[in-house]
Amino acid sequence: MTNGKSFLSRQDLLALAVLAALLFIVLPVSVDIFRLNLVGKYLTYAFVAIGLVLCWGMGGILSLGQGVFFGLGGYCMAMFLKLEASTPEATKIQSTPGIPDFMDWNQLTELPWFWEPFKSFGFTLAAILILPAIFAFIVGAAMFKRRVGGVYFAIITQAIAAILTILIIGQQGYTGGVNGITDLRTLMGWDIRTDSAKYVLYFLNGGLLMAVLVLCLFVLKSKLGRLLVALRDKEDRVRFSGYDVANFKIFVFCFAAVLSAIGGAMFTLQVGFMSPSFVGIVPSIEMVIYCAVGGRLSIFGAVYGTLLVNWAKTTFSETFPELWLFGLGALFIAVVLVFPNGLAGVYRAQVAPRVKKWLHTRKSGPDAPVQDPQAAE
Amino acid sequence: MFADYTWSELGSIFAMQGFAGLILFSVFVLMALGLAIIFGQMGVINMAHGEFMILGAYVTYLCSHIVENYVPSLFGVYFFGAMILAFFASAALGALVEWALIRHLYKRPLDTLLATWGLSLMLQQAYRSIFGAREVGVTLPDWLLGSVALTDTIEVPINGLFVMALTLVIAVAVYFLMFRSRMGMQTRAVVQNRVMAGAVGINTERVDRKTFALGCGIAGIAGSAFTMIGSTGPTAGQLYIVDTFLIVVFGGAASLLGTIASSFAISQAQSTMEFFLSGSMAKVLTLLTVVGILMLRPEGLFSLKIRR
Repeated sequence: MTNGKSFLSRQDLLALAVLAALLFIVLPVSVDIFRLNLVGKYLTYAFVAIGLVLCWGMGGILSLGQGVFFGLGGYCMAMFLKLEASTPEATKIQSTPGIPDFMDWNQLTELPWFWEPFKSFGFTLAAILILPAIFAFIVGAAMFKRRVGGVYFAIITQAIAAILTILIIGQQGYTGGVNGITDLRTLMGWDIRTDSAKYVLYFLNGGLLMAVLVLCLFVLKSKLGRLLVALRDKEDRVRFSGYDVANFKIFVFCFAAVLSAIGGAMFTLQVGFMSPSFVGIVPSIEMVIYCAVGGRLSIFGAVYGTLLVNWAKTTFSETFPELWLFGLGALFIAVVLVFPNGLAGVYRAQVAPRVKKWLHTRKSGPDAPVQDPQAAE
Repeated sequence: MFADYTWSELGSIFAMQGFAGLILFSVFVLMALGLAIIFGQMGVINMAHGEFMILGAYVTYLCSHIVENYVPSLFGVYFFGAMILAFFASAALGALVEWALIRHLYKRPLDTLLATWGLSLMLQQAYRSIFGAREVGVTLPDWLLGSVALTDTIEVPINGLFVMALTLVIAVAVYFLMFRSRMGMQTRAVVQNRVMAGAVGINTERVDRKTFALGCGIAGIAGSAFTMIGSTGPTAGQLYIVDTFLIVVFGGAASLLGTIASSFAISQAQSTMEFFLSGSMAKVLTLLTVVGILMLRPEGLFSLKIRR
C-alpha cells in the first residue's frame, strides 16, 4: 500500500461510480419522491446485506440475527425521535403529559430510566454505533472463544432474534409493543415528513452507503480481509499459524452488527417508524437472502441484490400476493442450488472479463489517469 | 410472588402447571425427536420441519372431516388411522424433498438452512391456498373430551393424557428403531463414518433418504397429536421451529436422550413460570436461560464423547 487510494482498484472505482450514478443521478431523476423514499428504505437493508457479505461470505459466519442489530439501531433512533415528538404541549391530552403516547396508554406515569439518556442526540448517535457493537461482542466472544461456529451459531443468533421480538412485543409499555414506535415527526426541530426532508435523507443514506462500501473495500483489501477468507476456508491452518481466530471472527461480527444498526437508524428516519416486524426471525433470514441473491462474496452485489429482491417483493406482492411467497421460496432454493454466488457470480463469469478487457485497452494508452472510469460514466 | 397463595394452593398450582408442562413436553418431544434424527444424526438443518408437522395436522383435519361426514360410525377411532396416514404423508413428502433438494447439499449445511427455509415458505403458501388462511380445528371424539379430577383442586384433561401416552409409545418405538433394529444400526454407522459404512456394503444414499423420511414422518405424527390440543394454521409450524431447534441443540445434538431431557426441562420451566409471569416473559426467560447455558456449555446437556 503505497498511497491512500491504492486499495481501490480500477474495477472497484468503476463499480463505485456506476452505483453512485444509479443512486444519485438516475433514480432521483426518473422516479417520484414516493418511490425514491421506497428505494431509500431498501437501501437501508443493503447495509445489513453488506455486513452479511463480510460476516458470512468472507468470514463464513452465518448470522440469522442481523435483524436484532438493525432493530437496535432503529429503536435507538426511534426512541430519540419519539421523545422529541412527545413534548408536554403535544401530549397535553394524556393523563401524564410529556411521555410517549403508548406509555400513557399502558398506564405508565413516568419515563422509564433507560429512555432518559435518549433525550440527547449525541448519546443517541453514540448508542446506535456502540450498543450493537457491545451486544455483538458479548454474543461473539461467548460463542467464538469456545469455538462454536457454523450451524450452532446460526441457530443461537436466530433464537436471540426470537427472544428480542417476544420481549419487545411483550413489554408494550416500554417499547410500544407490536405496533412499534410510531408517529415520529421531527429531528432536532427539522420536520422529517416533508418531501424535501425525504430527499435530503435519501442522499444522506446514499452517501453513507458509499462511505460504508469504501470502508468495506478497505477492510477486505487489508490483511484482515485476507485472514477472514483464510479462516473461512481452513480455520485450523490459520489457528496453527499463530493467529487468534476468535478475535477476527468477533471483529467481523461486531463490524457487521454496527453496519446493520446504521441501516436501522436510517430506516427509522426515512420510514418514520420502527416495529418488531423488522427485528424477528423472518426479516433476519430475508436479509440473508438479499445478500445471497446479490452474491455472498460481493459487497456491490449485495446492494443490487437487496434492491432487486425488494423491488420484486413490492411489485409481486402488490399484484400477485398469492404467488409472492412461492416466488421467494423458489428464490431461496434457486440461489442455493443453481447460483451459489448470486448475481455477482453471473457478473464475474459473463460480464467482468469484458469490462476488464475494456479497461485494459484504455490503460494501454500512454499513462492513462486513474480517475478515468469515473469520467467514462 | 408466592406470598398471596397458601401452601395447598401452591401445591395444586405446581401440579396443574406441571401437568400442562407435561403436555407441552409431549409435543416438544414429538417435534424434537424428528428434528434430532434429521439434524443430530444427519447434520441437516431442516427449517421446514414445522411445515412437515403442519402437514400431519392437516391430514388429521381432513380425516376427521371425511370420517365425520361419510362414516360417522368409525368416528370414535378415526384418530389412529389419521395418525398413521399423517406419518406416511409427511414421510413421503420428506423422501421427495430429500431426493430433490437435500441430497445435493449434504456438504453445505448452512445452505440447507436457506433452501429448507425457502421450502417452508412455499409449503406455507400452499397450505394457505388449499386450506385457507384461517386456523382449523379438529372435532375430537367424545371419549377424548373432559377431564379426570384427581383431587378437589387438581384436574387433568383426557386429551392431554392421550398425547402423553402417544409420546411414550413413539419415543419407545424410535428407541427400538434406532438402537435395536438393522435400519437404526445402519443409520448410526453412516453417521459415524460414511465412507466406512459405504465400504462394508451399506447403501448410504438410501439410508439418508430413509432417515430423513423417518424424521419427517415423526413430525407428521407430532402434528397429528398437536391438533388434539390446539388449532392449526398455515404458519403454526414456524412458531415452534426455533423452540424445537433450541431443544435439540440444548440436549446435545447427537443424543436422543438429551433431546428428551431438554424438552422436559424447557417445557416445565416455561409452564411453571407462565402462571406467575406473563406468557411472553416466561418464554423470554426460558429461552434466555437456554441460550445462556449454551454459551457456557456449547455442546449441550448430553454430549457423545467420540474422537474426530
